[in-house]
Amino acid sequence: MNAQPRKKALEISNLNQVFNVGKPAEVRAVNDLSFYIYEGETFGLVGESGSGKSTTGKLIAKLQDATSGEIHFSGKEIGHLKKREDIRAFRKSMQMVFQDPYASLNPRKTVMEIIGGGLEVHGLVKKQKEKQAQVYELLNLVGLSPEYATRYPREFSGGQCQRVGIARALAVDPSFIIADEAISALDVSIQAQIVNLLKKLKEERNFTCLFIAHDLSMVKYISDRIGVMNGGRLLEVAPSNDLYNFPLHPYTESLLSAVPMPDPEIERERKRISYDENFHHYEDDTGVGLYEIAPEHFVYCKKEEVPFLKKKYEKLTLKALAV
Amino acid sequence: MRKKILEVKNLEISFQTYAGEVHAVRGVNFDLYEGETLAIVGESGSGKSVSTQAVMGLLGKKNTHIKGGEILYQGQDLLKLNEDDMQKVRGKEIATIFQDPMTSLNPTMTVGRQIAESIIQHQVVSWGEALEQAEEMLGMVGVKNTKSRMNHYPHQFSGGMRQRVMIAIALACKPKILIADEPTTALDVTIQAQILELMNELKTKINTSIIFITHDLGVVANMADRVAVMYAGKLVEWGTVDELFYNPQHPYTWGLLASMPTLENLEHGLYTIPGSPPNLLHPPVGDAFAPRNAYALEIDFKKEPEVFPVSKTHFAATWLLHAEAPKVTPPAEIQRRREMFDKKLMRREQV
Ligand SMILES: Nc1ncnc2c1ncn2[C@@H]1O[C@H](COP(=O)(O)OP(=O)(O)OP(=O)(O)O)[C@@H](O)[C@H]1O
Ligand SMILES: Nc1ncnc2c1ncn2[C@@H]1O[C@H](COP(=O)(O)OP(=O)(O)OP(=O)(O)O)[C@@H](O)[C@H]1O
Ligand SMILES: [Mg+2]
Ligand SMILES: [Mg+2]
Repeated sequence: MNAQPRKKALEISNLNQVFNVGKPAEVRAVNDLSFYIYEGETFGLVGESGSGKSTTGKLIAKLQDATSGEIHFSGKEIGHLKKREDIRAFRKSMQMVFQDPYASLNPRKTVMEIIGGGLEVHGLVKKQKEKQAQVYELLNLVGLSPEYATRYPREFSGGQCQRVGIARALAVDPSFIIADEAISALDVSIQAQIVNLLKKLKEERNFTCLFIAHDLSMVKYISDRIGVMNGGRLLEVAPSNDLYNFPLHPYTESLLSAVPMPDPEIERERKRISYDENFHHYEDDTGVGLYEIAPEHFVYCKKEEVPFLKKKYEKLTLKALAV
Repeated sequence: MRKKILEVKNLEISFQTYAGEVHAVRGVNFDLYEGETLAIVGESGSGKSVSTQAVMGLLGKKNTHIKGGEILYQGQDLLKLNEDDMQKVRGKEIATIFQDPMTSLNPTMTVGRQIAESIIQHQVVSWGEALEQAEEMLGMVGVKNTKSRMNHYPHQFSGGMRQRVMIAIALACKPKILIADEPTTALDVTIQAQILELMNELKTKINTSIIFITHDLGVVANMADRVAVMYAGKLVEWGTVDELFYNPQHPYTWGLLASMPTLENLEHGLYTIPGSPPNLLHPPVGDAFAPRNAYALEIDFKKEPEVFPVSKTHFAATWLLHAEAPKVTPPAEIQRRREMFDKKLMRREQV
């Protein structure tokens, strides 16, 4: 590893989001979450449905206010952004692609208006012609024909709609993109296209990306590091290869054991490892948190469990060397 | 011989748009047998959702034109039914799980109520019993704290939880045919596995037939008895799950299988099919896939390929299968799969 500390684009500390406080329907969507994302990296967030991934994304994008905790983006606490021009600058640098494509695009606007709108708001184009040219270019980039510019969202298939959302996010040249299940509705070839595209754009424009998804094989491919969430908490954070080759938390093991493979024979023999959530509900939670077991490889556990996990890691790495 | 429960014949559907007529479905044929799972895969925008929405009679009337074809359900053409009769088929006989849960759930009604209402519509039970069943269904699709969750509105659920509500509603009706359009795209792999098991249970217990639309070829390998591949409004290949995964014939199917990332092999960039899908405002002549097909023959640009049989259950629309076509070497990934297929055949012959 290089000795120079890498710059962090985003740092989250003790973030909490509780819905319906005090009511019987109280939900702890995000539970004392702390993590960071380095500048220029892609951080993958995977985990149980309902574990708080989208909520985390929305808090980072300042679309919701957190119950408590801090989010520092480019060194500034985003809760403290109050001036209009500061908020506008923040909105330009931080873009989000949403999970539900139809619900997140205005049904009464054409694709030209949807994608071009951001360009106008942020003063990125002066003339109508310029806007048109840019929208066409963006449509091309995401693999849609420019002829689609006059269409409305409901006139698209699910995957086409999702690509309009991606083009809208890319339009304002953001420095940080939150992609919430942005590719799960696309066919594998277009998924591969978009993932290759994001990788290429990331190199050219050097943006940082929070990539929320459930397809672990794609997440592994695109992410530098990955966080695994369950019940509002991060249970494991590690560089992608490390997480796949040497998973330490039983929940991560269970997730990896359930990834479906495009091979009927393998599927017929599949054995899933099930996971009991009580595993990470500690009765006495003093000394419970994310501990660094190997460089950049963190696991949610009790302090006393650290030596055991270090042994487990060592065993796994030795086993990998032996093969 | 198993019984056919659904036959779709020569289905053709267009949309009128500002820019002209979009030929979304261009002559689709498929059969669905009792108690089988048919997976439909294919290019985004190739007409998977539109074809199956036609089965449910759910296409908007305004700019939609069903230009031709038949959809025979137990011998009766669904395209000829009036709205009242179609309403009776919908839900009880044929149920759907839609691709976009947020727009298909009612935002102003609690989740519990929505599930209970669909139970009431299709079963003779009291409201209390319906609510009880609804809560049980919610638990079965893996939602926790069902008691308080029953009283939540859709926006208070996560994306994957909404999708599970849709699944609960569809399963509650115990339909003869279940059409599931990307039912698990927003779910993590463990809950996905749970839901797939639930659907398979329905299949074995009450002999439901399932049409499963998905982009996840891993899920297809797990769920499907047969697979159909769509491209640009047509079926280009169909066969049993083993035939499709181990002995694919259409170059588009080759491209799909080769684009999949696997957990092991990720060092080189992902393979993608070059170019973009045809614009269905101006459907191409010949094989719609030809311009993106490295294996295209001259004839592909001129004449639409016939459907060639590969086995009694396996068909593909590609000129490569013509007796006089040159022999080509498919991509390495496909050769690997074919070798597995040959070994399997050999093993079967030995037994
Ligand atoms: N506006 C809201 N009101 C009440 N509860 C909410 C609200 N938004 C989210 N929640 C709850 O917060 C939890 C986390 O939801 P979130 O959408 O962040 O999950 P997720 O990890 O993105 O799940 P998925 O993978 O299914 O999309 C869930 O239990 C959800 O029901
Ligand atoms: N109401 C409409 N008006 C105009 N065109 C439409 C309409 N609905 C669908 N289309 C077009 O019909 C084609 C088929 O759409 P469909 O939704 O069936 O695709 P799909 O195969 O389900 O794709 P995906 O995998 O992305 O969901 C697409 O090209 C789409 O743009
Ligand atoms: Mg989500
Ligand atoms: Mg669709």
